[in-house]
Amino acid sequence: MTREQLKQAVLDALLAVVPEARPAQIKSAAPLRDQLDLDSMDFINFVATLDQSLGVDVPESEYGRLATLDSCVEYLSARLGIPAPSP
Amino acid sequence: MGEFRMPSLGADMVAGTLTEWYKHPGEAVRRGDIIAAVDTDKGSIDVEVFDDGVLEQVVVQEGQKVPVGTLLAVIRSAGEAPAASGVAPPPRAPAATVPPPAAAPVAQSEPEPAGRRLRVSPLARRLAAERGVDLASLHGSGEAGTILREDVEAAASGGRDRQDRMRRAIASAMSRSKREIPHFYLASTIDFGQASAWLARWNAERKPAERLLAAVLLLKATALALLEFPELNARWENDRVTHAAGIHIGVATSLRGGGLVVPALHYVNRQTLPALMVELRDLVQRARSGTLRSSDLADGTITVTSLGEGSADMVLGVIYPPQTAIVGFGSVAERPWVRGGAVVPRPVVTASLAADHRASDGHRGAAFLATIDRLLQSPEAL
Repeated sequence: MTREQLKQAVLDALLAVVPEARPAQIKSAAPLRDQLDLDSMDFINFVATLDQSLGVDVPESEYGRLATLDSCVEYLSARLGIPAPSP
Repeated sequence: MGEFRMPSLGADMVAGTLTEWYKHPGEAVRRGDIIAAVDTDKGSIDVEVFDDGVLEQVVVQEGQKVPVGTLLAVIRSAGEAPAASGVAPPPRAPAATVPPPAAAPVAQSEPEPAGRRLRVSPLARRLAAERGVDLASLHGSGEAGTILREDVEAAASGGRDRQDRMRRAIASAMSRSKREIPHFYLASTIDFGQASAWLARWNAERKPAERLLAAVLLLKATALALLEFPELNARWENDRVTHAAGIHIGVATSLRGGGLVVPALHYVNRQTLPALMVELRDLVQRARSGTLRSSDLADGTITVTSLGEGSADMVLGVIYPPQTAIVGFGSVAERPWVRGGAVVPRPVVTASLAADHRASDGHRGAAFLATIDRLLQSPEAL
């Protein structure tokens, strides 16, 4: 899986939780909770969807690493062993 | 013969539009079956039947908007003989049977052409619920006037009809509450440290889909406390308080398009925390996708509003009539707390109670909040 594919998987997980979200309007560095009006139930569903689709079990203590789209990709890339893009 | 009537799905509902019959005359129905969809100010609601039998006759056609209490269909009980052909249809219930409240802006401002049938594609129905589009206001461009996705999208881009109607419905119910109910308010800040630590341990051992939210502990503690304070799990009607038979907590659920609905979790005191989490997840999902059932909205005996993480410290609610109380929980947040003579950081939550002074009083209310506090100090026992 590439980082682009991973980013798409994260967006898919967000869309599963917030179907009315517009992916093109999500700012990658801004907090997802604020942009999508996510509450605690949405967030736990998002984490559960990531677990199902990517097989990555994000512990509760690391939920903060999923604050933005960028940080999601960064954190999940590390968990999945996807190399960082070459400079 | 059983009577299937337009249900009251909350104090703010005076009328509903029957948008679709899922069952047709001659078909068997069982208690709990969803047999019709009703469009209300708060969305499209699937309506359940409470009799076993056969759908004998449909009285109200798709597309008709009728007051709460109107006879929609007749259910022939099991073993009962079918009505002979040519028998006059049963009379419709006069609106006076269930009179709408004095403030009825929705029913007055939006007359529905009687008898207009709505044909709606499933995708269009779902989209309409998500975008807050009133199906009854659309003219379908599909075959035989079927409302299609494109029709809903066009309407959604052009207006905020649903949101406007929902705000009016909320305004009506909340104004009635403030006019009629003498509220009193109490609040108590609770040390949530034991509960947070227990929750962290529980969740650390489980996959994300099996984890619990703090809200589940708060709901269960509220339900158990209500066992000792039945006057707060009650209705005030006809100048007297009537205790509810079960503890069905209406969960104030915000909708992303604006507004809120208050669907109920049933028999909360009897449920385990994992079962409650499953039900809460399902309820919120259905509230936000526009697939609530009539029993979700009609059965609440008390309301709980919980602001969740990163929000305000306290919420003082407005009672949803004819209920007698609403419990509020602010955000769980770390605050300075005196423990063992020292100031230490602890996660705390402020619980509030707004109660009807005709049904209860401050002394009882304070004891109720203290009971919730006590229960939350032993989360493993919830």
